[in-house]
Amino acid sequence: MLDELRELYQEVILDHGKNPRNFRDVEDATSQAHGSNPLCGDQLVVYVKVGDDDIIQDVSFVGKGCAISMASASMMTELVRGKTIDGANHMFDHVHHMCTGEGEDVDVTEFGEDADRIGVLSGVREFPVRVKCATLAWHTLKAAMEGKEEASSEA
Amino acid sequence: MSDGATVTKDSTDIYDVERYRRDFPILSKPMNGKPLVFLDSAASAQKPRQVIDAMRYVYENEYANVHRGAYALSADTTTAYEGARTKVRDFLNAAHSREIIFTKNATESINLVANTFGRDSLKAGDEIIISTMEHHSNIVPWQMLRDQMGLVLKAVPITDDGEFMMAEYEKMLSSKTKLVAITHTSNALGTVTPAAEIVEKAHAVGAKVLLDGSQAVVHMPVDVQALDADFYVFTGHKLYGPSGVGVLYGKETLLDAMPPFMGGGEMIAQVTLEKSTWAALPNKFEAGTPMIAQAIGLGAAVDYVTEIGMDRIRAHEQDLLTYATQRLSAVEGLKILGTAPVKAAVISFTLGDIHPHDISSIIDRAGVACRAGHHCAQLVMDRFGVVGTTRASFGLYNTRAEADALAEALETAREFFG
Repeated sequence: MLDELRELYQEVILDHGKNPRNFRDVEDATSQAHGSNPLCGDQLVVYVKVGDDDIIQDVSFVGKGCAISMASASMMTELVRGKTIDGANHMFDHVHHMCTGEGEDVDVTEFGEDADRIGVLSGVREFPVRVKCATLAWHTLKAAMEGKEEASSEA
Repeated sequence: MSDGATVTKDSTDIYDVERYRRDFPILSKPMNGKPLVFLDSAASAQKPRQVIDAMRYVYENEYANVHRGAYALSADTTTAYEGARTKVRDFLNAAHSREIIFTKNATESINLVANTFGRDSLKAGDEIIISTMEHHSNIVPWQMLRDQMGLVLKAVPITDDGEFMMAEYEKMLSSKTKLVAITHTSNALGTVTPAAEIVEKAHAVGAKVLLDGSQAVVHMPVDVQALDADFYVFTGHKLYGPSGVGVLYGKETLLDAMPPFMGGGEMIAQVTLEKSTWAALPNKFEAGTPMIAQAIGLGAAVDYVTEIGMDRIRAHEQDLLTYATQRLSAVEGLKILGTAPVKAAVISFTLGDIHPHDISSIIDRAGVACRAGHHCAQLVMDRFGVVGTTRASFGLYNTRAEADALAEALETAREFFG
């Protein structure tokens, strides 16, 4: 029992869950979106600042949620900063496929060392009811990049 | 019922929980490789073989549409369906079977009252009183009616223990109050409200009262005449019956005066192109083919709990409540929300700052099923300043050992997030 749980709650997830990085707003954000999981009431706002060169210069979030959703959001902010919008979208596709088994498998070589860091979220596949916790922040980021104001885990 | 399904009665008054557990096939199925510890009956209870068999019996032996065919099979089905109504009448001690309306669930029962009694009897400026510990199903229909009709909706606050604040309620009551809609037992906190007193005070100002008994009928004997409730609603699936069937009890004079809820077959006396006239109670409120097998299944569930005895179920669950409260209180960092002196066997709690969903995932691996989240009672969560809680709710089949299993699983959760 504990082994499976340690697969889900890896040290890095517990760390990010307790001490989320970039947990703040971005005053000069170019876009932001609100994400919610109506099933559990979890809410967060993701802020992004994208430069003229399509590169994500800053990204942050604020909100309330479980350890999985907070850790996923925190790790996401670290992973996508400095990426182009296209690069962040690729990462979204990868996370989505990894957590849900849906969509196209993504060639992870382009993520380099980041691939392992994203990989710690894969434990949710054994916990179907927790998949949405892991993907909520990513859906919200995607909504923000597409200029949408709302994202839902039910979308 | 003619399938011979009955509960074997104890020769003594000892509550033989192991015997009752054997009536519930799912309780012997493992969960995540562990024995299932099911502590979520407040969301939906498990079903005894007697209910499952009764529904199977209908489909295998006596199924046809009700109130329609002139042939024997349809008459048998109708007898069984109406027999279930009589069982519910006895269960609630209603004066007449025609005061028992079968609906889809408690939510539909409340919406029925809002859309018939509410629309017909209330006018702009009239007031409806609810409480802050209502389930969303006893908030949202009244908000919708308020917005449509220009009504005023007030909510009686609760104390830090989760008790209904009677003095605040008395201040809200006036000649403008037309309806009071209050839970008989809170799903999120377990609080049993002083329903008879609430009814009496409402009647003193001429208001009618709807009691939401979804969480009450499962834990204790309920007598709608003793309560003097005008409307009393509950759902079947929390009472060990099937989903898809609920009950609206209403006093005959009120139901008679109310317009129909939905139009269709079964609810009419006569139809011409110009106009239709309505069937007598209860058919006036049961448009279309009803939930036949589900109603019969609910009848079997009522038989089942009645055979055990609601008094004995209450005594058993109160013992579990006391024991589990002590056991959980010993878990470091655990805080129970809802500590009213009179409460049902429902324990809502937080554990440090661990999110309820994380707790739920961890204890699930130990085979323990609890509800996590806002429990469709966001006003309660706001009142206590939490996004959600973990909730353990106990039914007639739960044991002290299961409370131990929960407490041990919570210790594991603490280790993880400690």
